Amino acid sequence: MSDLLLPPEHRYAKIIESRRNEDGSELSILNLGPTHPATHGIFQNILLMDGERILDAEPTVGYIHRAFEKIAENRAFYQINVLTDRMNYCSSPINNMAWWMTVEKLLKIEVPKRAQYLRVIVMELARIADHIICNSILGVDTGAYTGFLYVFQFREKIYEIYEEICGARLTTNMGRIGGFERDWSEEAFRKLNVFLEEFPVAWKEFENLFERNRIFIDRTVNVGPITAERAMEYGFTGPNLRAAGIDYDVRKAAPYSSYDDFDFEIPVGQSGDTYDRFCVRNAEVWESLSIIRQALAKLPEGPHHADVPDYYLPPKDEVYNNMESLIYHFKIVMGEVPVPVEEIYHAVEGGNGELGFYLIADGSRTPYRLKFRRPCYIYYQAYPEMIKGAMLSDAIVILSSLNVIAGELDA
Amino acid sequence: MAIETVHIQEKVTGQFGAHVRCFEMQRDIFSFEADASVIHEVIRFLKEDEELNFHFLTDLAGVHYPDNDDDHQFAVVYQLHNWVENTRIRVRTYLNQDPEVATITDLFLCANWMEREAYDFYGINFQGHPQLKRILNMDEMVSFPMRKEFPMEDSGRTDKDDRFFGRTPANC
Repeated sequence: MSDLLLPPEHRYAKIIESRRNEDGSELSILNLGPTHPATHGIFQNILLMDGERILDAEPTVGYIHRAFEKIAENRAFYQINVLTDRMNYCSSPINNMAWWMTVEKLLKIEVPKRAQYLRVIVMELARIADHIICNSILGVDTGAYTGFLYVFQFREKIYEIYEEICGARLTTNMGRIGGFERDWSEEAFRKLNVFLEEFPVAWKEFENLFERNRIFIDRTVNVGPITAERAMEYGFTGPNLRAAGIDYDVRKAAPYSSYDDFDFEIPVGQSGDTYDRFCVRNAEVWESLSIIRQALAKLPEGPHHADVPDYYLPPKDEVYNNMESLIYHFKIVMGEVPVPVEEIYHAVEGGNGELGFYLIADGSRTPYRLKFRRPCYIYYQAYPEMIKGAMLSDAIVILSSLNVIAGELDA
Repeated sequence: MAIETVHIQEKVTGQFGAHVRCFEMQRDIFSFEADASVIHEVIRFLKEDEELNFHFLTDLAGVHYPDNDDDHQFAVVYQLHNWVENTRIRVRTYLNQDPEVATITDLFLCANWMEREAYDFYGINFQGHPQLKRILNMDEMVSFPMRKEFPMEDSGRTDKDDRFFGRTPANC
């Protein structure tokens, strides 16, 4: 009787009617979400089902839309950073750094090498945290809770490193225009070194638990595959695209923040199915670890921020004791800083793909227009196509392997 | 590795003549303006021309310019990317008060939600779009909230006094 809930002109109603006339079968409609513990976020999909098999899906998005683009048009440049945190909240520092780099590109600020390397380290840590969540939760969704328990404490360790760097854990608001708000403490480096020692052991164990696990393979191989052409059409970027076999990575295509100083591979998959996405993320974690090690080994001495008094807040004691610093401080806090009239697009490799900021500056204290290119929003369009013909339980697995983050999806 | 910008300009002007203009480097991205009447063909040309091969739609953004003249009230900005040559390009088209432009969903599948977003926030009508309805806002909404005249906050709020933070109705 589920079709009675639908308006008769709805496409599902037509399909149900025609199938009933054709062979007398009864299709059903299932409302998956918006709040469902298995979907890890606020996603609603209205599924048309033939028994356990999904025939069609209609996603509804926007449940946590917070109008970030509108807010950004009304805030000074330094105030927009806190909005970016709340997009992909699994890897906030990447979003933060991406925003600062966009502003620095607009203002033509050259960031010192030390700050660039520190940024690389924290961005790769964020990528690891992002992939830990995605892959271990994928394990949970396929019934393997153990792997999750092995590695999830390391996300906590990463958050402790964030805490040492900026004081916050989840929504980090890290960095400033031109670099970092303070140099990293001894404790931050100590925690980072401990992490680099302990985490690979656990991650290896995690991989061993899954990669040749019969049950896991049965649940993921050939589940939700997408071809390279189709993935490109749908605007896939990041690990999901690389799992389909295209080696596009912004870190290589347009190196930012000195990524070209480091040696790393771009892991690619073949079939673009759930298993390949899992493996690509696993391999990326190893690459990220290697980048962090290289950056630590080569970490130059020097200032942790660019010398740009117009944009970088002066130390507090100077603000209290020095007229010029007080003026700079006042102007920065009020957002009255010189800004050129220009259009900028800056992209970084986020946890889920190309995270881009398209910024139109008209010379005033706020952006005239700021468009976030949010990878999740773009590739989530492919979800209905990917789950067509799959079982209901596969739909959950595909959703978590795509790592769709509701905050980034809805902005 | 990049395609020469002069070469792109020659090819595009050769094909579309007076319908395309304002070729310039906007920092690291080559950009130009195209008439709304030909924008679909321009994007198709950029995508399907073997040499240009801008096969990836990075982003599509709506912009509102209330201070411009009547024919330039809205803009749709397309950003395309050629991964092989690693070249980006930005195409913009201006629309009038009653913004209408041809959809490019037949060229790029991912344009579907991008155009719905532009419709949702700016009210730009993408002609021929398969399912042009609101996406992030609720269906019952009647206004287009990213237009500049739409206030960010409820003007009836009394608990905040923005004067103390350097914000006035003129600059916020």
